Amino acid sequence: MTMYANEIEALLRAQFPNAEITVDGEDGMHMGATVVDESFRGMSRIQQQRAVYAALKGKMDGPDGELHALQLRTRAPE
Amino acid sequence: MSDIQAQIKETVESHDVVLFMKGSKLMPQCGFSSRVAGILGGLSVEYTDVNCLANDAIRQGIKDFSDWPTIPQLYVKGEFVGGCDIITEMTLSGELDQLFDKHGIGYDKSAAEQIRAQNG
Repeated sequence: MTMYANEIEALLRAQFPNAEITVDGEDGMHMGATVVDESFRGMSRIQQQRAVYAALKGKMDGPDGELHALQLRTRAPE
Repeated sequence: MSDIQAQIKETVESHDVVLFMKGSKLMPQCGFSSRVAGILGGLSVEYTDVNCLANDAIRQGIKDFSDWPTIPQLYVKGEFVGGCDIITEMTLSGELDQLFDKHGIGYDKSAAEQIRAQNG
């Protein structure tokens, strides 16, 4: 089963309701997501990306392994 | 702590730079692993590679160890630094240079600057 942009965006939107979110990629396996959210301010990159992975609840190469790779770009708003 | 977690802990604490990857440094078997191995190779960093495809226990164990769902994973002086995206960003921003300087890890400074110049 592949995971498409709207599913990823829905999961991210649920976790980051006020964030600026863009998801790209078509094949459902190699996708990209940019999340710009105030909650990231002061967080290290690892902490920011862990929060994003947590929002995707085990869809990331987990037992059901839908998403082989998600390219992440996270930051707080300038 | 399970023996696999202890084994991983021992590995990252007994080598300065460790890359848990899919494939090996000579034969990476995934684009993301290949990119990080390429960066480390390009910077002439000496590192230990661990092929997660050769051992399922390590492949899952490393994700539990760092609470990070993907491979590759880079460790410097026992500390998880990041995956492909973060290492790429840190290379371009110069933070990887600073990390290596801080820990006294040898690398080719001019090669790092060249990478930044090319990706200006």
